[in-house]
Amino acid sequence: MIVDLALVAGILALALGVLAARQAFAAVAFFIAYGLLLALAWARLGLLDVALTEAAIGAGLSGVLLLAAARRLASAPAPEDPPSGRVTRGLIGAGCTILACALGTAVLLLPEPPPGLAAEVAANQAATALGNPVASVLMAFRGLDTLLESAVLVLAVICTVALAPDDGWAGPPGAPQPLADGPLALLARLLPPLGIVVAAHIFWIGVDAPGGKFQAAAILAAMWLLPWMAGLVPAPPVGARALRVTVAAGPALFIAVGLLGAIVTGAFLAWPPGFEKPLILLVEVALTLSIAAALALLVMGPRT
Amino acid sequence: MTAGIYGLLGAALTGLGLYGVLVRTEPLLRILAFNLLGGGVFLVLGAIAQRGAGAGFAADPVPQAIILTGIVVAFAATTIAVALVLRLAARKDGA
Amino acid sequence: MSLLADAFTVICVVAGVGFFAAGTAGLLRFPDTGSRLHALTKADHLGLGLIVLGLLPRAEALGGAFRLLAIWALVLLASAATGPLLARVAQRRDPSA
Repeated sequence: MIVDLALVAGILALALGVLAARQAFAAVAFFIAYGLLLALAWARLGLLDVALTEAAIGAGLSGVLLLAAARRLASAPAPEDPPSGRVTRGLIGAGCTILACALGTAVLLLPEPPPGLAAEVAANQAATALGNPVASVLMAFRGLDTLLESAVLVLAVICTVALAPDDGWAGPPGAPQPLADGPLALLARLLPPLGIVVAAHIFWIGVDAPGGKFQAAAILAAMWLLPWMAGLVPAPPVGARALRVTVAAGPALFIAVGLLGAIVTGAFLAWPPGFEKPLILLVEVALTLSIAAALALLVMGPRT
Repeated sequence: MTAGIYGLLGAALTGLGLYGVLVRTEPLLRILAFNLLGGGVFLVLGAIAQRGAGAGFAADPVPQAIILTGIVVAFAATTIAVALVLRLAARKDGA
Repeated sequence: MSLLADAFTVICVVAGVGFFAAGTAGLLRFPDTGSRLHALTKADHLGLGLIVLGLLPRAEALGGAFRLLAIWALVLLASAATGPLLARVAQRRDPSA
């Protein structure tokens, strides 16, 4: 209880820090700390899968992306909108306060017993042959959400790549990275082999315990970004066929297996009975690699 | 009780984030405020997931899976927004 | 036996938390970047190490203990790399420090 209150106070203070910061760099630093504390909050709520994802993507990958953006914007600031007047700001503040109070009331007045789908998931869990209920929901009960989400990532990569300047847009993504020496170069050589093992472990235990493809993909993406940032491994050109196939393979295989389900059982994205676990694992491996490539490309950003 | 505290935190973050999105003028700080708003909404959903714990699970797995999906999609939106802002900045002093 | 293990855990974790508190105090109170980094890295390595040591007897089987040690080793590696990186940036900004 005291831990929870301290955590809540810390998160609120950091959120206020993000909003009140004068410099973008300070705001990003507050935001990374906020993401890490939020991951602890997820763990306190018992949502361990979310905690891992928040730490890896919400704090880690977002942090890298935003810090790089803050550094580039410090030398060439983006155009700003004119500030709103005092009256407008007061009205916005009042509106946001009302929204927060309404949401808070809704949270406190949840019906008793609370509505939920936990019992139904438990009743049908055996059908997927997976031990982690979240993995069952992601791959079977709400498989369409996961498919659409992986498609969103592919679309996001296309949007980001399309923001490159007209000349040579098919070249390597992101800004060119100078060759680093010293500690960064050492870390970029030492960590990837370990990180890839950790990612495989997180993926594999995700079948039965918290973990899984999103978390593993975020770690894999970081293990690609680290040597890239150290200038050791240049990014392949976005026009490269192998890269495009990697990004699209996961969603494509998911759709193909979904169509197979439509033929065998009569429902799109239904897993053919008897082959649930091997097929789910096959699709998850392909999705993990695709998501990892997409996340890394998104952090690298368009060619500059 | 735990769910209540974090649900209220989520509500507060939603309000703060929306205020930041509407009031701040620097694009990057707006993106950060948008992420605070997203975090708040996820926390409210997470509080509901925790209240729905049952059948031997620590939390209702369905909202949990949707939060996971949401975090990844929010990240994808953030990257596109950052890329757009950087492109705008480059365009202003370039051509 | 379990009482002894519990006492060991409590002593180690409390000592570890103490080092974290000292490191945080150093981060807030020390005057320049170098000594702040020193306070952070030294105290946090030792703090985390003691907490991991305290939790080892409570680990489930050998795998759990191995994972705890792996976490400590990875944190050591990460901060051994980030510490000098930050120090370098600080030095470039203010060569007198």
